[in-house]
Amino acid sequence: MATETPPPSKTQARLPSTEEFVAEQESAEFGELRRSYRSFAFPLTIAFTAWYLLYVLLSNYAGDFMGTKLFGNINVALALGLAQFLTTFLIAWWYSRHAAAKLDPKAEAIKSRMEGGA
Amino acid sequence: MSSVQTTLLAAGEASEHRGLIITLFSVFVAATLVITVWAGRQTKNAADFYAGGRQFTAFQNGLAVSGDYMSAASFLGIAGAIALAGYDGFLYSIGFLVAWLVALLLVAEPLRNSGRYTMGDVLAYRMRQRPVRTAAGTSTIVVSIFYLLAQMAGAGVLVSLLLGITSDGGKIGIVALVGVLMIVYVTIGGMKGTTWVQMVKAVLLIVGAILLTFLVLLKFNFNISDLLGTAADNSGKGSAFLEPGLKYGLTSTSKLDFISLGIALVLGTAGLPHILIRFYTVPTAKAARKSVNWAIGLIGAFYLMTLALGFGAAALIKPDEIIASNKAGNTAAPLLALHLGGVDSNWGAVLLASISAVAFATILAVVAGLTLASSSSFAHDIYANVIKKGQANEKEEVRAARLATVGIGAVSILLGALARDLNVAGLVALAFAVAASANLPTILYSLFWKRFNTSGALWSIYGGLITAVGLVLFSPVVSGKETSMFPDVDFHWFPLENPGIISIPVGFLLGVVGTYLSKEEPDAGKYAELEVRSLTGTGAH
Repeated sequence: MATETPPPSKTQARLPSTEEFVAEQESAEFGELRRSYRSFAFPLTIAFTAWYLLYVLLSNYAGDFMGTKLFGNINVALALGLAQFLTTFLIAWWYSRHAAAKLDPKAEAIKSRMEGGA
Repeated sequence: MSSVQTTLLAAGEASEHRGLIITLFSVFVAATLVITVWAGRQTKNAADFYAGGRQFTAFQNGLAVSGDYMSAASFLGIAGAIALAGYDGFLYSIGFLVAWLVALLLVAEPLRNSGRYTMGDVLAYRMRQRPVRTAAGTSTIVVSIFYLLAQMAGAGVLVSLLLGITSDGGKIGIVALVGVLMIVYVTIGGMKGTTWVQMVKAVLLIVGAILLTFLVLLKFNFNISDLLGTAADNSGKGSAFLEPGLKYGLTSTSKLDFISLGIALVLGTAGLPHILIRFYTVPTAKAARKSVNWAIGLIGAFYLMTLALGFGAAALIKPDEIIASNKAGNTAAPLLALHLGGVDSNWGAVLLASISAVAFATILAVVAGLTLASSSSFAHDIYANVIKKGQANEKEEVRAARLATVGIGAVSILLGALARDLNVAGLVALAFAVAASANLPTILYSLFWKRFNTSGALWSIYGGLITAVGLVLFSPVVSGKETSMFPDVDFHWFPLENPGIISIPVGFLLGVVGTYLSKEEPDAGKYAELEVRSLTGTGAH
């Protein structure tokens, strides 16, 4: 199906043709980048969503457990809430480390090769 | 007469407080107008207007994203909810924060790589342009208007309360003032001006929160357990105040409602158009990732501080006083400032005025972002690509965006003035639910599901949108309860206030159904372009 507007082109870098994009999409190099991204981001998304839902369900239906005092006036509910903050910070850091080490070099190599027209 | 005013009058200095608050408001407004004019002079082409020239650094954009996201609902709403309902107020903020991981892992970078100015750029990338852009534009405008309306009405309530304005004319005047300022920011300053306003606001908000947090902790010798204990005692609810259940745990319906809200918060953020367009203001996907990381750090730190503010207010102020001032607790943070400084002292007056000015700045920065998102989508998606079929030049497009800003601003002033006495707080949660039901499924399918096609995109956008809005229309948010928008009539049959638990799965499901119902084959070449481009940045703007 043809689109009514062509994709806007960039002036400074060469825009590869559709055939080049199709060839790249099917290449082993791109396949590895896609796998490296998806196998990290997808399971992790499911994991943190499940962890958040578990926390919501505990807050709703496990009042006694959540009210257990740990020390002073700090109870399980507060500790788990703060744990959500902590895991959010850690996951953001972990993903960024993965992206910098495993995704960026591959992505940059493909981009410069394709835009350079090799 | 509200209790803030009573407290102020008791201090015998109401007019001085008011003068100080107005002075600080005016200083902020004057400073932002200078920034706007300066930014306007540097706005020369469409990329400047829509995307601030794409030259902001990751840190600058991270600040601006935080400024765009932390609305009055975050600052005043969460602090107030904690002050009145204890732990359940805190639950709210966790959903708002965790949501950023969806944006970080799945949306920010691919969107930056494959889009140009709007969310519609990505949704329509490999689809038939006109129908999908119309749908994306519609959903962008609906989400932004709901959000905008809640902010405008909130501004009316808050500012009238702080300044002691009770007349209808005064409240309408404030809504109109907010509306006119946001039109000026966006038409003159474009994305550059809006970004700077949001950065200034984020700094003010964070500095204000740090100051109040420090003062609260100082009162309790930095003993958090002591702070929590005093809050629990003073609230009159004892240890239940520190446990979940006071707000959402009352009935099995309210528990279900909380699950629904939680899902909408976590999945909604990555589908909010005014947040998504911020990723176009940085040069690369890597910078977009770093800006989300900054935002997560700043927003997370801020929500941790709202814990101290909320429990601090609960510990230091009688709950009756907070409720008398505003039933939802929205003035708990300004009241806390007054009490921390000393009700009878000048220091208390200065703190109250500063925190009030910060709240006002917060509202202005958020409404500017929302107006920009909706007028950009109108001009770029609907005017340039649907009405002009892609034949409009840059100048015409930016002119259309400026005109749309004036139009959307005028509509929001009108609606905000009409809604000034309605309870519209539920609209922010509704905006998240619509974003999660209509926008997120379409974004994810477009990026990651090869088979997805135009029909699927239309089904998921319109299906999610209509389900979410329809359910709210027949929910207690609109009718049938004392807290409803229209408390005197009752046509509600949907028991929950938040539609997410139904409308989000419906949005995802309809995307699949619509895809398979159509004989249209997906455009394999365009998907190859989109996929390679979204992951590598090849050909990105």
